[in-house]
Amino acid sequence: MTVSEPPETSSPSAERAPLLPALQVDFDDQPETPPEPKIEVEGVHFYYGKTHALKGIDLTIYANRVTAFIGPSGCGKSTLLRTFNRMYQLYPKQRAEGRIILDGTVDLLDPGLDLNLLRKRVGMVFQAPTPFPMSIYENIAFGVRLYERLRPAEMNERVEWALGKAALWNEVKDKLKQSGRGLSGGQQQRLCIARAIAVKPEVLLLDEPTSALDPISTAAIEELIQELVEDYTVAIVTHNLQQAARVADYIALFYLGELVEFNDSKTMITRPGKKQTEDYITGRFG
Amino acid sequence: MPPPAAGHSAAYTEVYSSALYRRRRWTNRVALTLSVATMAIGLVFLAWILTTLAVRGLVALRPVVFLQSTPPPGSAGGLINAIAGSLLMTAVGILVGAPVGILAGTWLAEFGKGNWFAETARFVNDILLSAPSIIIGLFVYAVMVARMGHFSGWAGAMALAIIAIPIVVRTTEDMLRLVPVSLREAAAALGASRWKVVVLIAFRSARSGILTGVLLAVARVSGETAPLLFTALNNQFWSANMNAPIANLPVVIFQFAMSPYADWVKLAWAGSLLITLSVLVLNVVARIVFRQQKAG
Repeated sequence: MTVSEPPETSSPSAERAPLLPALQVDFDDQPETPPEPKIEVEGVHFYYGKTHALKGIDLTIYANRVTAFIGPSGCGKSTLLRTFNRMYQLYPKQRAEGRIILDGTVDLLDPGLDLNLLRKRVGMVFQAPTPFPMSIYENIAFGVRLYERLRPAEMNERVEWALGKAALWNEVKDKLKQSGRGLSGGQQQRLCIARAIAVKPEVLLLDEPTSALDPISTAAIEELIQELVEDYTVAIVTHNLQQAARVADYIALFYLGELVEFNDSKTMITRPGKKQTEDYITGRFG
Repeated sequence: MPPPAAGHSAAYTEVYSSALYRRRRWTNRVALTLSVATMAIGLVFLAWILTTLAVRGLVALRPVVFLQSTPPPGSAGGLINAIAGSLLMTAVGILVGAPVGILAGTWLAEFGKGNWFAETARFVNDILLSAPSIIIGLFVYAVMVARMGHFSGWAGAMALAIIAIPIVVRTTEDMLRLVPVSLREAAAALGASRWKVVVLIAFRSARSGILTGVLLAVARVSGETAPLLFTALNNQFWSANMNAPIANLPVVIFQFAMSPYADWVKLAWAGSLLITLSVLVLNVVARIVFRQQKAG
């Protein structure tokens, strides 16, 4: 997998055989410099009304790395992702406890935090593509206008840049004035990614971004994630273990609201530390 | 239902001729007959009303209807004062009622979840939606006409606004609730504040649905008679003064249709046809607008 640092050469190769033959993932060796923490989750609990959905989560999201959250339905992986931009706060009965530290300084769960500014820094892409009912151009410009006053030429540049980053520019450059809803599912999702990166966030949260897409669009988006991670920190929730192995540098396995295991992808896939992880990876549960 | 064609498997034939399946076919036939019959009864009356209206109304619909004001009995005349009065009062009524209704519906849909005040407002709005319009006429009579000391176009317009408001509130709320949660989340996730999500995303998404609601309110209001009897009353002459009694189609129809004069009755037919046609046009436009939303 692509990471910005040059690969280390002296890694042992004997442990490269994955547990499952189906999981033919070619792991690059670990980078030599340890990554910086971007988000530190400390003792986070989450409640949907009276339902205790996250039971004391501790983990670290590293800067310029892809961290995948995996686990069976209802395990809390999306719930954790939605605490990073306080998305849950749209719903009065949901609440989180604990500390989530961004850049070592800001507590994301601080009640006094400006949520709109937080969400500008921590962008999110959802499971189903959600193009706004406006043109492709306006879909991108919408978020940019919320926080920046750009001249038309600069805005054009930004839209082209974001669409280019999302590998969509060539497909839509001649129909920027058409409705974003007229695009195919895969294009719509790339439009949503472009929209999210157009505001230049630091962290990109992806909540099962390919589960509504066909395999070709999925491959395009996975490739895109690999490129985006050079500039952004990415956290992705996925149902698909193969996908986690393909795109992620780190994998966190959740089960019933608890973090089962968190480690770099290679270790998680090849020699998991827990029986439960091994069972999940080999398809015995979940 | 056709009998099983040759070439079907034995299992198919067996199921087809079983007692259970025969009973189901029977039940189906009975239910279908009953529903077609009930629909036919409704359509017969509708067709009866519309054909009578078309036959009698078209005969009476002459250019003079649009050129002259309502005549004294026994002389020729038209309905232009009533048409103008109706247009004027409907326009003012909707200009007052639609913004109030849209804002109230927006509040109910976007900010009134699990809030006792909103629940109460919604309930009262539903009562208002089905309140007899004569009560609304009497209310405006007591509040405006009695105090001002005279009937007026303004009072008529207010009565129409009060009838329009609950319709617009209801459709606006329903249409905003149809905007997917995912769309609101996506906008909020970009850092858009709540009012921006509502104004820039939810309104935009529900735009034609809300417009459809306003058009339906216009259609409903333009045929109301009872509230205008107590408020705008009528005026035999041309007048665009909203501060005085003003002519309007429903009340003219009411007066002229009950009268013993043949030319008045004829004009009542013409007026009825005009109202029916305009309501039909409004409904068709509302449907086209709403369909465009689904396509876009």
